[in-house]
Amino acid sequence: MIRKELCKILSQKEIAANIYELRVKATLVDDIRAPGQFVHVRVTNGIDPLLRRPISISAYNQQTEQMTLIYRKEGRGTSLMVQLEPGMELDILGPLGNGFPIEEVSVGETALLVGGGIGVPPLYELSKQLVAKGVNVIHILGFQTKSAVFYEKEFSKNGLTFITTADGTYGRKGFVTDVIKEVSFDCLYTCGPTPMLRAIEQGFPDKRVFLSLEERMACGVGACFACVCQSGDAADTSYKKVCSDGPVFRAGEVVL
Amino acid sequence: MNRLNVELPGLRLKNPIMPASGCFGFGREFSQFYDLSKLGAIMIKATTLEPRFGNPTPRVAETAAGMLNAIGLQNPGLEKVIAEELPWLSQFDVPIIANVAGSVEEDYVAVARKISQAANVKALELNISCPNVKTGGIAFGTIPEVAKQLTRKVKEVSAVPVYVKLSPNVSNIVEMAQAVEAGGADGITMINTLVGMRLDIKTGKPILANLTGGLSGPAIKPIAIRMIYEVSQAVSLPIIGMGGVQSAEDVIEFLYAGASAVAVGTANLVDPLVCPAIIDDLPDVLERLGYEHIKECIGRSWQRDGQFANHRA
Repeated sequence: MIRKELCKILSQKEIAANIYELRVKATLVDDIRAPGQFVHVRVTNGIDPLLRRPISISAYNQQTEQMTLIYRKEGRGTSLMVQLEPGMELDILGPLGNGFPIEEVSVGETALLVGGGIGVPPLYELSKQLVAKGVNVIHILGFQTKSAVFYEKEFSKNGLTFITTADGTYGRKGFVTDVIKEVSFDCLYTCGPTPMLRAIEQGFPDKRVFLSLEERMACGVGACFACVCQSGDAADTSYKKVCSDGPVFRAGEVVL
Repeated sequence: MNRLNVELPGLRLKNPIMPASGCFGFGREFSQFYDLSKLGAIMIKATTLEPRFGNPTPRVAETAAGMLNAIGLQNPGLEKVIAEELPWLSQFDVPIIANVAGSVEEDYVAVARKISQAANVKALELNISCPNVKTGGIAFGTIPEVAKQLTRKVKEVSAVPVYVKLSPNVSNIVEMAQAVEAGGADGITMINTLVGMRLDIKTGKPILANLTGGLSGPAIKPIAIRMIYEVSQAVSLPIIGMGGVQSAEDVIEFLYAGASAVAVGTANLVDPLVCPAIIDDLPDVLERLGYEHIKECIGRSWQRDGQFANHRA
């Protein structure tokens, strides 16, 4: 069930340059079904900015009804979120969308998790759940520069973790796709900028690959048809909605 | 006592609140949040003869106190709406207003003829004002004689009353309203979105793939109020008003301007529970303002004093 809830802020901190980790307490956490789902956040009670902001869920705990949201301070909306402090309330709609299918990988198999920039956060909960299931995980996380790197330690606890930076200031210089060639895996989960997703999709036509997409959204629940993408099945001329059919799709399911 | 019921051609509304077309799909998503029977009516997404896949993305861009959209009338087409969406909606005790769109006159007529026969469709909303499609749509909404002719043709085939949705993107909206009245319209819905544009500060290029889009949200409310104020005095047709409605107070303002019922659009995208919240708030607002019944608010902005015997404010 999707709920609209005023959620209590537990903590907020800047974990990398302009990257914020926000922890909230929310009963809607009970309804999260899979890592990779997201929430839609109303950053002001006023009318400017008007629309909600889709933010991915990077971790959740149904026992404590807590979840962690990681976002990048970018525009006016996320700049307002930075001002949130413990004890304050935040209007959250969620959980939304379909997450990563962890049932697609079996115990003892290896899953490769590839994240780019602000696409990294949802992979963290996925990584935890895969490890709990008995799956080997390898992470390749790409960032622009050293100051943008976050969660290296957290991911490293779960499995082998490669960091790349576009400018070479930390980890390997280059892109995540440069490292992918060096590892073997059974199933690949990825979230990040569309050119990265496209390269990954084209690179592994024979593997099980799951991609999480980003698109400008309005309602977040599938009603407004703003965040559509074309179906990958040429015979099917309909659109898929990123918010409610996705944001996670099997490779080939939609045209990137 | 129900202080909110309103009767309009074809429509017995338990309250004057309805989601506006294009902001509510066919209701399925919102039925997760509340019982749709609570609504006065539902204006369903524009339906065209054939399925339409709409415009490329990005389709939305935010603006101060509003948003631009260029969805492009994406819809599954007449056949599917009749076979799947309308029967699904029939589980709710709520009249449906079917928004009818097309590229040429024959399309409108064909859709209107068929969709008006569905049992739960109690009125049509003729969409002559979509700014986001290349042909038809807005052309019908900007030339009075063309609008009048189309209204007449649709009236000839429709089994239910026909409301015409007016575009604000005209120099004289009163002239358009009078034209559709002359064409036999039973009512008017207004306003559709205003054509706008946003440019990306880094690239200098339009954000929307369609280049331009329709501006909606609180930013356009004063324009809607002004236009309804003008049109409601110039025609004898009832008006369903819309344009940036967010609260019960906004609803009252639209009624004051001359609307008889009010549609809520963009606000649904921000708060999926906004329609029931407004409906729940209305009796208290009426009480606070000293009205026995919501009808007492209609046209108050331009009616002479003394016409409101019941008003105890």
